[in-house]
Amino acid sequence: MDLVLFLVFAIFAVACAINVVVQTHPIASAISLIGVMSSLAVLYLLLGGEFIAAAQVIVYAGAIMVLFVFVIMLLNSGAETRSGRSLMAQALGAPLLIALLGILAFFVQRLFPHEDTARFGGFMGGSPKDVGNALFTTYLLPFEATSVLILIAIVGAIVLAGREPD
Amino acid sequence: MGSVPISWFLTLSAVLFVIGVAGFLFRRNIITVFMSIELMLNAVNLSFVTFAYQFKKVDGHLLALFVMVVAAAEAAVGLAIILTVFKRRPSLDIDEVNSMKN
Repeated sequence: MDLVLFLVFAIFAVACAINVVVQTHPIASAISLIGVMSSLAVLYLLLGGEFIAAAQVIVYAGAIMVLFVFVIMLLNSGAETRSGRSLMAQALGAPLLIALLGILAFFVQRLFPHEDTARFGGFMGGSPKDVGNALFTTYLLPFEATSVLILIAIVGAIVLAGREPD
Repeated sequence: MGSVPISWFLTLSAVLFVIGVAGFLFRRNIITVFMSIELMLNAVNLSFVTFAYQFKKVDGHLLALFVMVVAAAEAAVGLAIILTVFKRRPSLDIDEVNSMKN
């Protein structure tokens, strides 16, 4: 059951991720990215991350992607006219990417033997209670630092977007 | 039978990350490049949550949460920069926006 759930949503996530990259219109990419994020939320639930799955849907698939779609529509961005980057990027990029994926997959397979398996209910320490407990004890300083970061980002975004071109 | 190997989650994370890097390298539209960065951050988040499961600790979820916060801040500032650049020259092609002056 868990395996079927994983395979369905993993394949859906990879298909949507490829769609993000190959679509020429930004809106189509944005919709596909929402698909990736939603299927990742299901996988987080499978791994016992209740809070992080909810935050993934609300913050990523909700807030951040709405911001993206809003900007795409505000700029009235059409489909890409020319595709592909420089010859250098195309010639070197693809083999290097495949090499990167190969190395990552190799080390993952070596470091984690197949006896280590995940099933739903194997770890339930990701409830809002546990996350909040850790957030306000061990991670209090990073939490405060991120609040300052968010404040700076809000002020910076308002200043940048509200400035008149001279 | 029925349970999923941990390595499969990490391999899925690696695959999503590499797709994100490919989008970052091969696309011209600045918004699509931005979305590829979000895809990479999501892939890393999946690794964090998988490690939280593996080591039975909540710390991985906290790190994923901080990555989300930083991604939100980065998206807000980055899209504001795109808006500012677009006001100056109406093109979303990153090859045409290659200098910081004028």
